[in-house]
Amino acid sequence: MSRIKIDLSRMLCPMPVIKTQNQVNRMLSGQELEITCTDPGALNDIPVWARINGHQILAANQTDDEVIITLKVGG
Amino acid sequence: MRSLSVEQLNLINSMANKHKAIALISGGLDSMLAVKVIQEQGIEVEGINFYTGFCVEGHTHAIRNQDKEKQKRNNALWVAEQLGIKLHIVDVIEEYKDVLINPKHGYGANMNPCLDCKIFMVNKAVDWIEEHHAQGFDFIITGEVIGQRPMSQLKAKMPIIAKQSGANDRLVRPLSAKNLEQTLPEREGWIVREKLYGFTGRSRKPQIELAKQFGFDDFATPAGGCCFLTDKSYSDKLTDLWQAKNAKEYELDDIMLLKVGRHVRPKANFKLIIARDSGECKFLEGYRKEFISIRALSHKGPMALVDGDIDEGDYDLAASIVARFGQGKFADEVELDINIPEQPSLQISTAPFANENMLQEWYL
Ligand code: SF4
Repeated sequence: MSRIKIDLSRMLCPMPVIKTQNQVNRMLSGQELEITCTDPGALNDIPVWARINGHQILAANQTDDEVIITLKVGG
Repeated sequence: MRSLSVEQLNLINSMANKHKAIALISGGLDSMLAVKVIQEQGIEVEGINFYTGFCVEGHTHAIRNQDKEKQKRNNALWVAEQLGIKLHIVDVIEEYKDVLINPKHGYGANMNPCLDCKIFMVNKAVDWIEEHHAQGFDFIITGEVIGQRPMSQLKAKMPIIAKQSGANDRLVRPLSAKNLEQTLPEREGWIVREKLYGFTGRSRKPQIELAKQFGFDDFATPAGGCCFLTDKSYSDKLTDLWQAKNAKEYELDDIMLLKVGRHVRPKANFKLIIARDSGECKFLEGYRKEFISIRALSHKGPMALVDGDIDEGDYDLAASIVARFGQGKFADEVELDINIPEQPSLQISTAPFANENMLQEWYL
């Protein structure tokens, strides 16, 4: 299954969540999305957004300047 | 001919009777309670949250050091999770400009166009329902309480919001419904009016009491409103921005920068945005490609952006002001770097600006 990557660096919450949501809405169930952002708040917000909207978080990692989250689009 | 079983018929009936509502979620307690009250009546609810660029959510906690320790959470998402509902976050930054710049009903105590803002948001929810008609939303709910806020929540304003948004009798305010006219969902029996509430006034007690009954704790109770426009100091900076631009206009970066740093305008043609801590320094550094920036070299000191059309003749003034906010403030001379996008940077040595010469009105 294909994986799409988006770079949301420098955007402040909730913009990374909004962009993630809009991207996911264009994808098919089962596809994977890798999101890179720099607002540490995204480490909390994107997984919450995914949980309540039925998508699965595959990985969420934070380095000094980046947050990288991978999710799988739900049905 | 195949006939349906009783179970199947019941299922079809219950599906036909199942009504759905979309709720405006701000992240505060009132909208949270409004949803719960409606959920208790067996209605399926989804949430919608509009991002205008001025929302209190997010942002500054990602920027300032002192807020780093606080749990970083987006209250709208948190509320949705507590309620077990989906949440759609809609970017309305562009469309909101017209609401803020030309509010038909004017501003509140500060630059908050609350009445126009409410009409706009409920109208966007009406549009949402239409765009997603396949999902079958029947009505809209908000956490509005009569008399809670001076401008938009007066009893006389409630019908204005319903009418001008185009929601009409499909707009339900569960917390104040008993003091308002019957709405379509009540008339049709989708929801029971007696189980709605009749809260009025500024007291938060009834809401806190209801929150207890529902077992909610740890909810957010923002002091002013749901956005920065109710904040005096923020509004003053916005007014200054418009004066300086000679036009009521803004971009997202402009309004983000109003939340960051100390803003000092020593001359009409430029202002300085001076970081207050290392978090803000890092944030402002992200703008070095778009703005002229100044930072001390000989001493530790904050990052500062220059916003406006600064003349070369003003570099010394700008640099000396930035110097006085760093550790070189008592030094005879401070060396500073002036970084100009797409040009060689300049180094300037200057005496820090004397404290007694800093005019109070320069601080925005
Ligand atoms: S406080 Fe801000 S977001 Fe809330 S109604 Fe007023 S203008 Fe709109």
